[in-house]
Amino acid sequence: MNNLEKKKNIKLLQGNEACAEGALLAGVRFFAGYPITPSSEIAENMAFKLPKIGGKFIQMEDEIASMAAVIGASIAGLKSLTATSGPGMCLKQENLGFAIINEIPCVVVNAQRGGPSTGLPTKPSQGDMMQARWGTHGDHPIIALAPSTVNEILTLTIKAFNLSEKYRIPVILLLDEVIAHMREKVEIPAPEDIEVINRKKPTVPPEEYLPFKPDEDGVPPMANFGEGYRYHITGLIHDHKGLPTSNSQEIDAFIRRLHNKIQKSIKDIIIYQKYSLDDANIALIAYGSVARAAERTVKLAREEGLKVGLLKLLTIWPFCFEEVNKLAQQVDLIIVPEMNLGQMVLEVERAAQGKCRVVPYGRVDGELINPIEILGKIREEIRK
Amino acid sequence: MEERIETCLSGSGGQGLILAGIILAEAAGIYDGKEAVQTQSYGPEARGGASRSEVVISNSAIDYPKVIKADILLALTQTACDKYVKNLNKDGILVADSTLVAEIPNISNKIYLFPIAETAQKKFGTKLVTNIISLGIIVGLTEVVSQEAIQKAVCSRVPVKAKEINEKALLLGFDIAKELKIKK
Repeated sequence: MNNLEKKKNIKLLQGNEACAEGALLAGVRFFAGYPITPSSEIAENMAFKLPKIGGKFIQMEDEIASMAAVIGASIAGLKSLTATSGPGMCLKQENLGFAIINEIPCVVVNAQRGGPSTGLPTKPSQGDMMQARWGTHGDHPIIALAPSTVNEILTLTIKAFNLSEKYRIPVILLLDEVIAHMREKVEIPAPEDIEVINRKKPTVPPEEYLPFKPDEDGVPPMANFGEGYRYHITGLIHDHKGLPTSNSQEIDAFIRRLHNKIQKSIKDIIIYQKYSLDDANIALIAYGSVARAAERTVKLAREEGLKVGLLKLLTIWPFCFEEVNKLAQQVDLIIVPEMNLGQMVLEVERAAQGKCRVVPYGRVDGELINPIEILGKIREEIRK
Repeated sequence: MEERIETCLSGSGGQGLILAGIILAEAAGIYDGKEAVQTQSYGPEARGGASRSEVVISNSAIDYPKVIKADILLALTQTACDKYVKNLNKDGILVADSTLVAEIPNISNKIYLFPIAETAQKKFGTKLVTNIISLGIIVGLTEVVSQEAIQKAVCSRVPVKAKEINEKALLLGFDIAKELKIKK
C-alpha cells in the first residue's frame, strides 16, 4: 500500500459495514436491535465496535423493544441507531410513531427484502417504499434516504443522523439486499473532514424550559434527560410543556408544525443526481440498486442514439415533487423501474400532473432489474 | 474505453464462493487499484442450496453491479453449470469441477475442466480450500487480477491459522492453470 492509499483509507466494504462506519463517524453511541437478514451485519459491526469506544450495544427481545430502547437512549442524549428488514420494520412502526410525535432523533435502517411477511429473506425488493412513508399511522412527516452505492451508504448514514438531529425527526435509511450485501471500494473520510450536526440544546434554565415550544425554524431545542431539565413525554398530542392537550387550536398548530418544519427545509433535505438529462426526451427515475441498472441503461441507450437520461433519487421522502414536475415538462416519457409493481410511479404520476407519459416497470421475482430489460422497455414504449 | 470484466462464481452454499468473490474483488479493488464490486445470491440455508458470487472489475466507475454476460464462469455443481452457462459471454470461459459437473454443456466457449474438490481433499485433506484453488486457476488462466494481488488478498481475508494452507492452495491453482493452458 502506498502513502496516498494509507492517507485516504480506502477499503473494500460491504454496504452494511459502511452503514456502521458512517454511524460511528456521525457520533452514534447506542444500538439496539434484533438481527435479521439482510441487515444483520450492521448489528454485528456495531456489537463489535461500540463497546470499544464507550458505546452500548443491546440485542433486544424483538424489534418493538429495540425501537423503544433506541428512543430511550436518544432522549438520554446518545445518537442511536437500529437496523432491520421488512418483518422487523412492521414491528417498529408503533414506536416509530412515538418518536415522530415526540420529535426524537434516531435512524432506522430498513434493508429491504422480498415481502409481504417473511417473504424472501435473502433477495432484494423495493416493496417498502410506501411503508417508509405511511407505515406508522397518523398524518405524520418522515424523511427517508436511499443510497445506491456502498460509498453513498456511508455518506447518507451520516446525512441521516444530521437531518434527524437538526429537525428532530426519525430518519429511515432505505437499503435493499443488493446494496446491503454488496462490497465495493469505499473511501472512509477522516472525522475532521465530515460535517456532524448535533441537536439544539435549550439556552434557558430548567425552570423556564418548555420542551415542545419551537424556535423560529419550527424545531424545539431538546434537553437530554439527566441534565436537570425535567419534562413529560407522551404519545398523546401535547402542548408546549409536553402535557396532553385537547385544545383544538393547540392540536392543529402541533400537527401543522410537525409537517412544516420538514416542508420549509425541503431544499436542505432533498438530494438527487442527474445523469444525461440536459437533452433527454426520455427520463428514467430510480433509486437504490435499481438506479445503478438505470445508469447503465442510459449509456446503452445513448449508444443507440436514444436521448435517455436518469434522475436518481437519494432522498425518497419527502418526494422531490418539484424536480419531477420540471422534468415532466421537458421530456415526453418517464419510465419508473422499481422492484415492486408500482409504488414510486404513483408519486411520479402525481408530480408529473399529466405533462408527460409516465410508465411503470416492475420486477418482483427477487432478482435485481437489469439494464437490458429497462432498455427493452424503452424500445417498447417508443414503438407505442 | 471502459473495460468491464464480469466473473460469476457458482455452486452451492458452503463451497466458499462468496468468500472467493470477496477475495477477488479485494485483489482488484485494493491491490490492483481498479474498481471492483462484489455481489452475491444465495438461499436461506446455511449449507446446500444454490449460491453464486459475482464480481465486476473495471478500470472506471462501475454502474450496474451484477453480471450481465459472464466473461469468466466457475461452476462447482451441475445445477449451477446448467443455469449460468446460458449467461456466458461469447468469448467467455468456463471453469468447471470435472467430478462435480459430469455433463459438460455443448458450447463453443473455451472450457477448462479439473477435479478441483477432489484435489483439495487429496493434497490438503480438506475440501475447504476448493474455492481458493479455483481462484488460483481462474487468475492463472485469465490474469483478471495480478497474481501478486490475489496472493495478498487471500492472505488478508482468510483466518490467520489457515493462511499457509490457503496460500499453498492458491499456488497449486496457478500450477493447475499452467497445465490446463498447455493442454489446450
